[in-house]
Amino acid sequence: MEFPKDLKYTKEHEWVKVEGNVATVGITDYAQDSLGDVVYVELPTEGGSVTKSEPFGVVESVKAVSDLYAPLSGNVAEVNDAIVDSPEAINDDPYGDAWMIKIEIGSPDELADLLSADEYQKFIEEEK
Amino acid sequence: MPYIPHTEKDIAKILKAAGAQTVDDLLGGLPSSLRLKRPLDLPKGLSEQELKKTLRDIAAGNSTVSGYSSFLGAGAYNHYIPAAVDSLISRSEFYTAYTPYQPEISQGTLQAIFEYQTFVCQLTGMDVSNASLYDGATAVAEAVLMARRLTGRHRILLSSALHPEYRETVETYLKGTADHLTEVAYCAEAGTTLLEAVESMAGDEPACLVIQHPNFFGCLEDVEKLASIIHAKKGLLIVVTNEAVSLGMLKPPGALGADISVGEIRSFGNALSYGGPYLGFLSTKTEFIRQMPGRIIGQTLDKHGNRAFCLTFATREQHIRREKATSNICTNHGLCALAASIHMACLGQTGLKRLAGVNLSKAEYLKKKLLSIKGVRPGFTSPTFNEFTVRLGKDSDTVLRALLEKKIFGGVALNRFYKPLGDYLLVAATEMNSKEDIDLFASELSKAL
Repeated sequence: MEFPKDLKYTKEHEWVKVEGNVATVGITDYAQDSLGDVVYVELPTEGGSVTKSEPFGVVESVKAVSDLYAPLSGNVAEVNDAIVDSPEAINDDPYGDAWMIKIEIGSPDELADLLSADEYQKFIEEEK
Repeated sequence: MPYIPHTEKDIAKILKAAGAQTVDDLLGGLPSSLRLKRPLDLPKGLSEQELKKTLRDIAAGNSTVSGYSSFLGAGAYNHYIPAAVDSLISRSEFYTAYTPYQPEISQGTLQAIFEYQTFVCQLTGMDVSNASLYDGATAVAEAVLMARRLTGRHRILLSSALHPEYRETVETYLKGTADHLTEVAYCAEAGTTLLEAVESMAGDEPACLVIQHPNFFGCLEDVEKLASIIHAKKGLLIVVTNEAVSLGMLKPPGALGADISVGEIRSFGNALSYGGPYLGFLSTKTEFIRQMPGRIIGQTLDKHGNRAFCLTFATREQHIRREKATSNICTNHGLCALAASIHMACLGQTGLKRLAGVNLSKAEYLKKKLLSIKGVRPGFTSPTFNEFTVRLGKDSDTVLRALLEKKIFGGVALNRFYKPLGDYLLVAATEMNSKEDIDLFASELSKAL
């Protein structure tokens, strides 16, 4: 299982890639592996806003339906509609093709709450 | 399963584990004013033989459709149940199995529910049906909740010609929300939902319009027109059917513009039973499937390539999604749905059409006979299926009481639900009413007026 060092993570198993004022968000390799085959994903609409720790969408696998939690607050700048049509990308390439939304970071202070790759890995070891 | 009460030994063990001396200690937390402080006032125990006789005597005090000639409808229609239904549902494989929690092992049960869903889709002309709900009223409430989720809107229009008890159930489900429930008036002449009222009350952002077809007065609604009005405002149309036999003759709701087709399907295979258990159905379009409450049985292939059935969409039910579930009623009416399926399978397409035809003819004959009585007028002008209203020119409760003396259930007095309709009587006829019954009803009614 991979946890790229250049990404930040949350305890809700989302990854965040910060580039300037924009954060790209997806779910981690660990999350997709635990969910099993993903069959459906529901994402917000562009132009809306998300709030840190609040659900912004839903991911459904054959086993469960889980909420996606926003790692940061801000406006939704872009949505990856391609994965709505091919949700299997979430299993195949969670850190690449299967990015979910891009957030225009509203409160930069919140970045401090995100976990590093090492911290996240330690967290999921403890969760197991 | 036998009933095995706790033994003295069990009770002592439980008390010890709970750290109490006596059973009374366990109840110490209850305020003394709420406690009975004396044994229950119950008669002495009876032998099995005495008990059976006692219960039979109590039951004999009921007036049921088997001892009376019944013209009652209003959501509960008296239909013949073929012997095959009880015989098949009594098989222990079906009869003892509750909704399966390890579903795939119960292939027979899943196949039966899959067939039920198929029948519902064929009747309603919709893409997909769930595995059934408790009854028509709760199914309508679930459809309204579904429309709220789909539209994100909170203005709900209910036709006042929707069954009044269904309206009450919707109201109960929405208690505690900020939703705006609006009742749309019916036309006093036609007995159908007022199109202009829908137009003016819909506002800018209606979630849905709920109509019944045939409606509570038995009248056929202009479903297509109503669909175009609500669709123009991007709201959903929920079409309620509470006499499923009508679908053997009427155009299916799916062909008339319904987004959700919902209602009561007890008319097939299930007894009247004083109001329960009944059988709710809910069907919709594929695009709305993820907001549909309840579960679906899917057809798939096993690893050897054989046809197999599986439980799908349980992932959105309460035991998995908790408070975010599509519904908080996490079950289906398996045995009732099976009974309905067996009845529909017995009828087949031809039988269903004929059954609907017989219902229409009986009701039209009854209508003709009643309207030939002096003082009886039609309630509304719209065409009807197997139920309609008449005006008696006299308080309908008094008339019904007189008919009851003659062992006739003469219908439902509408003043119970609609205060101004004091002399309106809602009457239904089905295949259970013989020509002699109808003639007798007409002659007794004419005497009672």
